[in-house]
Amino acid sequence: MGTEKHSDALPPPASGLGVVGWLRRNLFSSIGNTLLTLVALYLIASTVPSFLRWAIIDADWLGTNRADCTSGGACWVFVTTRINQFIYGFYPLAEQWRVNAAGLLLVALVAPLLIRALPYKGVLGLALLAGYPFAGYLLLYGGAFGLPVVATHLWGGLMLTLVIALVGIVLALPLGVLLALGRRSQMPVIRAACVAYIELWRAVPLITVLFMASVMLPLFFPADMSVDKLARAMIGIVLFQAAYMAEVVRGGLQAIPKGQYEAAEALGLGYWQSMGLVILPQALRLVIPGIVNTFIALFKDTTLVLIIGLFDLLGIVQQAFADPAWLGYSLEGYLFAGFIFWAFCFAMSRYSQALERELRRGR
Amino acid sequence: MPDPAAPRRRSWWGDPRLRALLFQALFVVALVALAAIVVDNTLENLQRRGISTGFDFLAREAGFGIIQTLVEYSETSTFGRTFVVGLLNTLLVSALGIVLATLLGFLIGVARLSPNWMIARLAGVYIEVFRNIPLLLQVFFWYFAVLRALPGPRESLSLGEAVFLNLRGLYLPRPAPEEGFGLVLTALAVGLLATVVLLAWARRRRIRTGRPLRVGRYAPLLAVALPGAAWVLTGAPLAWDLPRLQGFNFQGGLTLIPELIALWLALAIYTAAFVAEIVRAGILSVPGGQTEAATALGLSRGQTLRLVVIPQALRVIVPPLTSQYLNLLKNSSLATAIGYPDLVAVFAGTTLNQTGQAVEVIAMTMAVYLTISLGISLLMNWYNARVTLPGH
Repeated sequence: MGTEKHSDALPPPASGLGVVGWLRRNLFSSIGNTLLTLVALYLIASTVPSFLRWAIIDADWLGTNRADCTSGGACWVFVTTRINQFIYGFYPLAEQWRVNAAGLLLVALVAPLLIRALPYKGVLGLALLAGYPFAGYLLLYGGAFGLPVVATHLWGGLMLTLVIALVGIVLALPLGVLLALGRRSQMPVIRAACVAYIELWRAVPLITVLFMASVMLPLFFPADMSVDKLARAMIGIVLFQAAYMAEVVRGGLQAIPKGQYEAAEALGLGYWQSMGLVILPQALRLVIPGIVNTFIALFKDTTLVLIIGLFDLLGIVQQAFADPAWLGYSLEGYLFAGFIFWAFCFAMSRYSQALERELRRGR
Repeated sequence: MPDPAAPRRRSWWGDPRLRALLFQALFVVALVALAAIVVDNTLENLQRRGISTGFDFLAREAGFGIIQTLVEYSETSTFGRTFVVGLLNTLLVSALGIVLATLLGFLIGVARLSPNWMIARLAGVYIEVFRNIPLLLQVFFWYFAVLRALPGPRESLSLGEAVFLNLRGLYLPRPAPEEGFGLVLTALAVGLLATVVLLAWARRRRIRTGRPLRVGRYAPLLAVALPGAAWVLTGAPLAWDLPRLQGFNFQGGLTLIPELIALWLALAIYTAAFVAEIVRAGILSVPGGQTEAATALGLSRGQTLRLVVIPQALRVIVPPLTSQYLNLLKNSSLATAIGYPDLVAVFAGTTLNQTGQAVEVIAMTMAVYLTISLGISLLMNWYNARVTLPGH
């Protein structure tokens, strides 16, 4: 007969619970850890408050010229007076609604694609890939429906950065898919050509590609044909990016089990049918995070076009430093441009990570 | 009755092999035609602009100066020499960048996994900030916003009257070897060699007999003791040439130009963020069971790390790490934006502008990067084949 009686369990020691317990476990678990925590605290205390005071509390936000910067903190007036130029470049003021319209249209098409629960993804995707480039070109460049032409040398700022990055990704993706298929092709000549293309472009820096696009490409075309500087840069970027995209897509193709290829063949599908209907839809879904990462890299790389004389966001900020009325405000300019780039890239990388988790859960 | 095994009669394009041959032949023809058109256009354009072709320009006099040269160079040197100078400058900043990025990246990658919440968070902030800002912006930041804002030579920031930092660069003491220093170096080489041989022998003996060689543990002392003895015997044959302010500038010592410092810092800090993520993934890829199994086998903590954890983590770390190193090498071409005289700035920039021979110059520049990249890729394939576990 069991007559023993369990006494109630004692509560855990108070020092292991709540905020104190968390602090002890995570910050002060040993002498070394405590020292590290103190060093980190000192680092934060010595930089963050003074930076915040400079950048926000003591900063000047409103005004029209440098005389309005009196408080000794950051002079954001430098940025606010030029914000229009930083966003639209030298795009004529009266036509800037076209840039806004193109941007809104893009957001309207892309936003439903990013949210998984919404339907009609196929139609939207098709509209984005096949219809939007023409609509966007028409809006930004003009020349039809009564829209006056805005020459590309007037394009600049954040708008140019986005245009180059988007054109780069939209054109590089199909080229990259073809290259990836070619690299896995049974035909030795095609395979060799694709491998050579991919390895060649991946081995050289983007700057040399842009130099090539700006000095060598005009030599390749017939003498009476002149190609726009922006178009040349874009050709270079697309050819370059396609090689990286091909490697991302190849990763997806290799992840598809062999049975899928065999099943498609057994159904009597030809090469293009089995690729287009069976393999690629699965492979591309797998590599969406990789494609987003490539896009982030491309977005950051667009800054290099300033070296061949195009004014992307960084280029136009850099050019603003040369204004004699605003000498000495480079720190504010770099922080502004850096924050914009950072916000875009950080948001995209977070999205890509979330997508990766979701894809992993689905399998 | 027809033989059921006999192939059905098909038209000739139904044969996949024939079709593939035809397709490839068409592809080659199209490629050759495209190449012919491009070459034809290029030759015509070059002729029209009066630009000569061929590599004769490499022997002509360059006639421009370069602010940092690792080999002898003057304005009377040849264009070929500018290629060498640029290449060496590229290799210098890449090597410096790789060393610093590796140290910083491993430190931050380990910190990211630290049990200390604050340290892990700080490392996370570092990674998210620096890898999401374009490298070119970071290069500009260090060069224009930080180094250009430093005081002039007379108000230099100094460290113990030996190291000076100002608008014109970083001035360091330069080691000046005296007579007998060669002997110290020889002793160091002999010591290192002896250590390696001794350790290899001890290892072989341990594997053969199962008994460790106690002496083997002290073998590395040789590498310190031999050159140390030579150092004392020859009377410390190394002097330091200190930079000194004379007039408006510093004389003597070793000078790092601000362009080099800015590019070096930006490359290292940017790449370190990627290296840190690779290191973190590598360490996390070794399952905890491996450490527990090693402990159960009686291995010490050091042995567990050295023989079990690190080899497995490295298998995951090394391939992406190499590709980061290659990225750093390629990114060093951003030098051209701030005027650091690397291969692209000097050769594909100034030399190209002076000679106009775009095709040859760009081809040579690309060939350099191509050679290095393909060389490292081959090395990587060999390494991967060596470390891949059988059955993976």
